[in-house]
Amino acid sequence: MSASDVKNAAATSEQAQDERRINMIEAINEALDIMLERDPDTIVMGEDVGYFGGVFRATAGLQEKHGKTRVFDTPISECGIIGVAVGMGAYGLRPIPEIQFADYIYPGLDQLISEAARLRYRSATDYIAPMTVRSPFGGGIFGGQTHSQSPEALFTHVAGLKTVIPATPYDAKGLLIASIEDNDPVIFFEPKRIYNGPFTGFYDKPVEPWKRHKDSVVPEGYYKIPLGKARQVTEGEQLTVLAYGTMVHVAEAVCADKGVEADILDLRTLMPLDIEAIEASVKRTGRCLIVHEATRTSGFGAELSALVTERCFYHLEAPVERVTGFDTPYPHSLEWAYFPGPVRIGEAIDKILKD
Amino acid sequence: MADKASGKSGDSPHTGDNRPALALHVPEPRSRPGDPVNFADVDVGAPGDMPRPDEGCAPGDMKDLAYGLVRVLGDDNKAHGPWDPKLSPDTLRTMLGHMAMVRAFDERMFRGQRQGKTSFYMKCTGEEATSVSAGMALASDDMVFPSYRQQGILIARGYPLIEMINQIYSNKGDKLKGRQLPIMYSSREHSFFSISGNLATQTPQAVGWAMASAIKGDSRIAATWVGEGSTAEGDFHSACTFATVYNAPVILNVINNQWAISSFSGFAGSERTTFAARALGYGLAGLRVDGNDALACFAAQQWAANRARANQGPSLIEYFTYRAEGHSTSDDPSGYRSAQEREEWPLGDPVMRLKNHMIAIGEWDEERQQAMDLKCAEEVKAATKEAEKNGILGHGLHHPFKTMFEDVFEELPWHLKEQAAQATREREIKWPDEHPKDGAGK
Repeated sequence: MSASDVKNAAATSEQAQDERRINMIEAINEALDIMLERDPDTIVMGEDVGYFGGVFRATAGLQEKHGKTRVFDTPISECGIIGVAVGMGAYGLRPIPEIQFADYIYPGLDQLISEAARLRYRSATDYIAPMTVRSPFGGGIFGGQTHSQSPEALFTHVAGLKTVIPATPYDAKGLLIASIEDNDPVIFFEPKRIYNGPFTGFYDKPVEPWKRHKDSVVPEGYYKIPLGKARQVTEGEQLTVLAYGTMVHVAEAVCADKGVEADILDLRTLMPLDIEAIEASVKRTGRCLIVHEATRTSGFGAELSALVTERCFYHLEAPVERVTGFDTPYPHSLEWAYFPGPVRIGEAIDKILKD
Repeated sequence: MADKASGKSGDSPHTGDNRPALALHVPEPRSRPGDPVNFADVDVGAPGDMPRPDEGCAPGDMKDLAYGLVRVLGDDNKAHGPWDPKLSPDTLRTMLGHMAMVRAFDERMFRGQRQGKTSFYMKCTGEEATSVSAGMALASDDMVFPSYRQQGILIARGYPLIEMINQIYSNKGDKLKGRQLPIMYSSREHSFFSISGNLATQTPQAVGWAMASAIKGDSRIAATWVGEGSTAEGDFHSACTFATVYNAPVILNVINNQWAISSFSGFAGSERTTFAARALGYGLAGLRVDGNDALACFAAQQWAANRARANQGPSLIEYFTYRAEGHSTSDDPSGYRSAQEREEWPLGDPVMRLKNHMIAIGEWDEERQQAMDLKCAEEVKAATKEAEKNGILGHGLHHPFKTMFEDVFEELPWHLKEQAAQATREREIKWPDEHPKDGAGK
């Protein structure tokens, strides 16, 4: 082997290191693994998360590596899962419960809303609930009405809860680590439609794997992305698009398809919200589209629309538009008719840009 | 067809068939206001009758304990049977002292509410033993997750009366910054969890704390208290399930005081079984105890604590007692139950019974009792006066406005900063003369 061969081999290996590409499930698994390793007070628990490694494999291998008092299965009881997590937090642990589907979280709501969210306040910091509740959410996998919901607005409405939604493997890892280290209770919704690839909403086209997406390059080891900072997805002057989770990719694909130069912001965290980035962008473009998959009425888009109107009214050149799921349960056979895809987004963009 | 779709039915939907008509049972208590009261059907067994199984006993081998009643103190004022905890006279005097203090405190605070010094109060009259005696059987650093009627635990753990009163008055000395309804105490220093007000939520939390303690190889256990009425909540079922699944070192104390505001225990399922018997379905050790017998309460809690501490498993204890007063200052019990019930309660009054026992064994007398009662009343009065210097509810001496927005999150996000500024502006308009130096300042 010549000297230059060695040099080339080293460069290739370095590049391979830089270019390590993983999907969102692997990124989440890595974040959990790192935090279990770094912080002996972390606990991962939930239905089927232990020996089996989770129905979406997010916790695969973690019990074997960290032991079954750190990573374990629970009874099918979301009330119990969140309730014991509050008690564990009071003891001094940092629990990371998984709720198998966001649609299953409702039996745990009293423990989240009345207990975890208010504990710091009501006890004047005697006790805190530093838990991160991970849960797959959103549709697009033919999950029907009980495996497709996007209930994020229920949580942003509660004083004391943070709500985080990643849209890429890189963000999923960094945001999850930041959420786990956060001393407030965090609802961490994982858009399950994009666990394995950045779905663009063109449901009849083949799904791209994460491997071909730039944000699947994920460094090994520990890093954090601060909560409350939006991500600039694309820069453009024609309009601002506010989105999170799966809809970031759908909006991006529609804008590219239509040749629209949009300032797309991936909000990443709904609470705390990066109001500065939103204001700066809308004041520059004068037009704002909000996209979410959740039902429309009282959805988080309503909050965003109100904030943009209150703060950017005199900069607006068109009414703020919302593209959302319909106000019906998520239907099974008509999933793609329900999903706020390219047609609905395209129409809204045309409407915003027409004058 | 429209009626059928909307679920409405006519007189009898099945007049044509020969099956018997079904009838809904709606529980009704034994007596309502003005009714004579007869508790003859309540089987309280005899003191000393129940066996005391080994603390490692399998739940299925001690089923009788979930249906009988563990009693120690007899009508002869002597201690009977294997559950006698054989406490030293000094410990008995301490126990009686705490119970007398709880009663004196309740009297004064109830009066304070009636005098307009605060919005709300809850007495535990008749149930003092279930928190004082039971609480004394735990180590002082065992974690308790109380409901709202366990002031006896705080008093037994030496929490200062003035801190309790500051909280009740929601004044500027209130460590909870005036955020919580009166009596919803919290003290990490005394291993006393923040009281919620939403019912039974503390039960799975206690189990989670106990699981954490076991995960860490700690030696501290957890105990929780819940009323019989709120055992109907799903949280209680979750607590029992998690407790048994992980063999958590926890004690689930159910205070069966017969009444949940105006609903008698029948609405939580007491007509056909006991609350202790719930334990059996889960595989928890179940004990049913005379909740007005301070020695039985101590002994049962000690048994369960020993069991939990030795990794032998969780227990569910029902304390059969009677809520001698209203639910809180907000209800008048004479509107829904017979006043005679309190007089006729077959298990007497816990303070009197312990006092009579101590007199019977020659360790106490009426003179000392009177002196103690007087001392308790004076201590409470002095603490009240001291706390009133920090203000009473609605008289300006509250925490600064900005504290309203603190502790929602660890750090103040932008939207709360904006809302805090709004509150401050409003304050200047609403109360322009308010003096900042009195503690209510900016």
